[in-house]
Amino acid sequence: MVENQRWLDVLAHLTLILGVAVVALPVYLAFVASTHDPSAFVSGLIPLLPGDAMGETYAAVLEGGVKSQMSVPILLMLKNSLIVALLIAFGKIVISILSAYAIVYFRFPFRQLAFWMIFITLMLPVEVRIVPTFKVVADLGLLNSYAGLSVPLIASATATFLFRQVFLTIPDELMEAARIDGAGPFRFFRDVLLPLSRTNIAALFVILFIYGWNQYLWPILVTTDEGFTTIVAGIKRMADVVDSEPLWNYIMATAVLAMMPPVLVVIAMQRLFVKGLVETEK
Amino acid sequence: MRAFATNKMQTKRTIFRNRWLPYLLLAPQLAVTLVFFLWPAGQAVWQSFLREDAFGLKTTFVGLANYTRLFDSPEYLNALRVTLVFSVSTAALALLSALLLALALDRTIRTTRLYTTLLVWPYAVAPAVAGVLWWFMFNPTIGILPYLLEGLGYDWNHALNKGDAMALVIIAASWKQISYNFLFFVAGLQSIPASLREAAAIDGAGPVKRFFTITLPLLSPTTFFLLVVTVVYTMFDTFPVIDATTGGGPAQGTTILVYKVYDDGFIGLNLGSSAAQSVILMGIVIVLTVIQFRYVERRVTY
Amino acid sequence: MAAITIENLGKTYAGGATAVTGIDLDIRDGEFVVLVGPSGCGKSTLLRMIAGLEEITEGTVRIGGREVNRLEPAERDIAMVFQNYALYPHMTVRQNLSYGLKNRRMARAEITRRVDEAARILEIGQYLDRRPRALSGGQRQRVAMGRAIVREPAAFLFDEPLSNLDAKLRVTMRGEIRALQRRLGTTSVYVTHDQLEAMTMADRLVVLRGGRIEQVGTPLDVYRNPVSTFVAQFIGSPSMNLLPGVIDGGTLRLGGARFAGTGAAGPVTVGIRAEDLTIARPDAEGAMAAQLLTVEELGSQRLGYFDIAGERVVAAFPAGQVLRTDMALTVSPARLHLFDTSGCRIAA
Repeated sequence: MVENQRWLDVLAHLTLILGVAVVALPVYLAFVASTHDPSAFVSGLIPLLPGDAMGETYAAVLEGGVKSQMSVPILLMLKNSLIVALLIAFGKIVISILSAYAIVYFRFPFRQLAFWMIFITLMLPVEVRIVPTFKVVADLGLLNSYAGLSVPLIASATATFLFRQVFLTIPDELMEAARIDGAGPFRFFRDVLLPLSRTNIAALFVILFIYGWNQYLWPILVTTDEGFTTIVAGIKRMADVVDSEPLWNYIMATAVLAMMPPVLVVIAMQRLFVKGLVETEK
Repeated sequence: MRAFATNKMQTKRTIFRNRWLPYLLLAPQLAVTLVFFLWPAGQAVWQSFLREDAFGLKTTFVGLANYTRLFDSPEYLNALRVTLVFSVSTAALALLSALLLALALDRTIRTTRLYTTLLVWPYAVAPAVAGVLWWFMFNPTIGILPYLLEGLGYDWNHALNKGDAMALVIIAASWKQISYNFLFFVAGLQSIPASLREAAAIDGAGPVKRFFTITLPLLSPTTFFLLVVTVVYTMFDTFPVIDATTGGGPAQGTTILVYKVYDDGFIGLNLGSSAAQSVILMGIVIVLTVIQFRYVERRVTY
Repeated sequence: MAAITIENLGKTYAGGATAVTGIDLDIRDGEFVVLVGPSGCGKSTLLRMIAGLEEITEGTVRIGGREVNRLEPAERDIAMVFQNYALYPHMTVRQNLSYGLKNRRMARAEITRRVDEAARILEIGQYLDRRPRALSGGQRQRVAMGRAIVREPAAFLFDEPLSNLDAKLRVTMRGEIRALQRRLGTTSVYVTHDQLEAMTMADRLVVLRGGRIEQVGTPLDVYRNPVSTFVAQFIGSPSMNLLPGVIDGGTLRLGGARFAGTGAAGPVTVGIRAEDLTIARPDAEGAMAAQLLTVEELGSQRLGYFDIAGERVVAAFPAGQVLRTDMALTVSPARLHLFDTSGCRIAA
């Protein structure tokens, strides 16, 4: 510190504590709500301290059924989310690392064109091409399938450029040494490039897993069969009750379950996560 | 990603000479790009020049009519205005609070990591879930915030009041984005050499003066970058926030451009108009991307 | 073991730039040849063309009588040691050494035998389970050597392997590499920009300039009979003195003195090695008036920098030699190197 000004330090801590509180408050209240039974919500104000119905609430939503007004158990949605998030994360990593490998370690006609085609995907987020993309997926018969949920999202310019950066920082001599050691393109990729990109892959995986898990619009569009609903998309269907008051305890339990996996991933792998986030923007 | 602009087509000194392998390696990425990105984008452009009749039986080429109609339509102009208000307010809120927190964190020593952990996790919360959480907090019947506001004499109802609805989506969208901006501001602050601030302190500049003359100017590249990223976020990634809280209402008070594309395309089934809107959005993304990449070069020389 | 034959070798890049051209070179079996020259002279390109890392656009390379132009590096039966070692950072030393052998589907027992043998020779046995990161520069250099040895190739190719080491270690490693190569008898091509390294290590030197061979010969031969002013100045430290002189009627006029000269009449460039200048009486024949500028004390010898007829000249003397401001220096006519105005040696 430049100088010791106690009031500044105190102010800093106060600001941070306030920030942490604001950030945490919605989640705390959601958690509290999920631990009460429905009667707690008729009083006119949401409860501020945890209740004792936690077990029942979570059991009810996880299993689904009449009581929670859910035709699909949350457990199934969690499974769907997990599958989709993993498919998207792995899919993006695999196709991006292969593309980056081609672009950096080979020279071939139309290389520039390929590069620009990948670059252009940056400018076409799913939100701006919803209708025609939906049509393509429908025509391919991919509605209500894991492929339909994940494949249209797995092209990734960002990940491709990240791997390209990583490969460019790997010394040329390493590839030359490997060639002299008798390694062809496959062996070099498997024995040298992949192990050297390990931390980048892990960091990217954290980011992409979150990206995949948190998809909302796309799953809503391509799943009409509730058996394929992901939890983030499903929570809206749950909250959309027309005539009666929403079942707050169940909705909030679902919200807590929906954010738990990615939040845990971020907290558990904070270092990797920060690295991944900052590096994809380099 | 941004560094790409400076050294476009770099390869290695030696390369593999395989003729077909690079195409094979690129095939999956290019296939996905072609089928799910370029083809639909082309379709959107084509569709934007067409109009279907009410029964979807006949399609006619109408040139730019869909576009001219859009700019004559009060609803579209309303969506533009709503997007502007929403984007600017969300960006301002998300950037300022993140900067404040990052500055505070920069003063701490032992507790840095703890605070960081406690502040970054909302990044992982889905925008849709963020929307649901704030929707719950602001629920006019049982929400805690309307209860407190009532105590102050304000009757909150985002289902009826456009201003309330806008405030709700701005708060929910910012809450989710603060952690991202915070991380980049922290990194930006850490890259400012301590010697600069020490020199300013020796020159007699107080903490406030130091912030405005040293920290803020040196932080401007980060700030500009985050501004662009946050604007992109508010325009394209906040669909779930709005869909989960206000559904674009009341009376289209929170219908941003992306929401309107969806609404017209899927609910209203007005494909030509929806396509024209998509094309305009693409134009906006392209402009923002170009700004982002041009700024890279400036950053290099900074 | 094999000879390397290079015929009319050239490399032109797609853009039209020429890196090397018209290279003819016979490297005998077991010979240690050093390619030396300033940066950009094409020495590394030439080495990389032999290795197969750089495409050959003209001419041929034969290793052990077999043309290798179209062969992959791995098929050429060569091993290469890189300037930055190029060890695989995620593999242990043992894995680094065995990788090339595994790729050739060698039997496990044979791999172990060869790796252990190389480790013994290079005294890196205790590091076999470490990663390169945990090794010092010198140790990494040994591992890089080890990776070349275990392959038992027809030829070793060295690309400035010592330039990342500190000066002291470089001298040690120089000796070790040479001793090892003598012991194994493997044909070696060694690239360096350091003329001292080239002189001390080479069986034969190849001096390159602007993508062409300037001179080939044993170090002493090149030192004593440089074919051009370029080689004369590049090889040897301190650099050879070059002075303008004129031959006229069988006499060479140089620095105010006259020497019995030969060859055609006209202006010439005269080269004199620092150690060939001796102190003379001012009135002696062939004495050049010299004003002392500065003295460099090297311990084993003293270098005096003089002004002779407006040219800066360096002369080497034994330690303790007394030097005065105004002196006369001379040189035995047999030690004069004569070059024509284009820099080519004039045959004596």
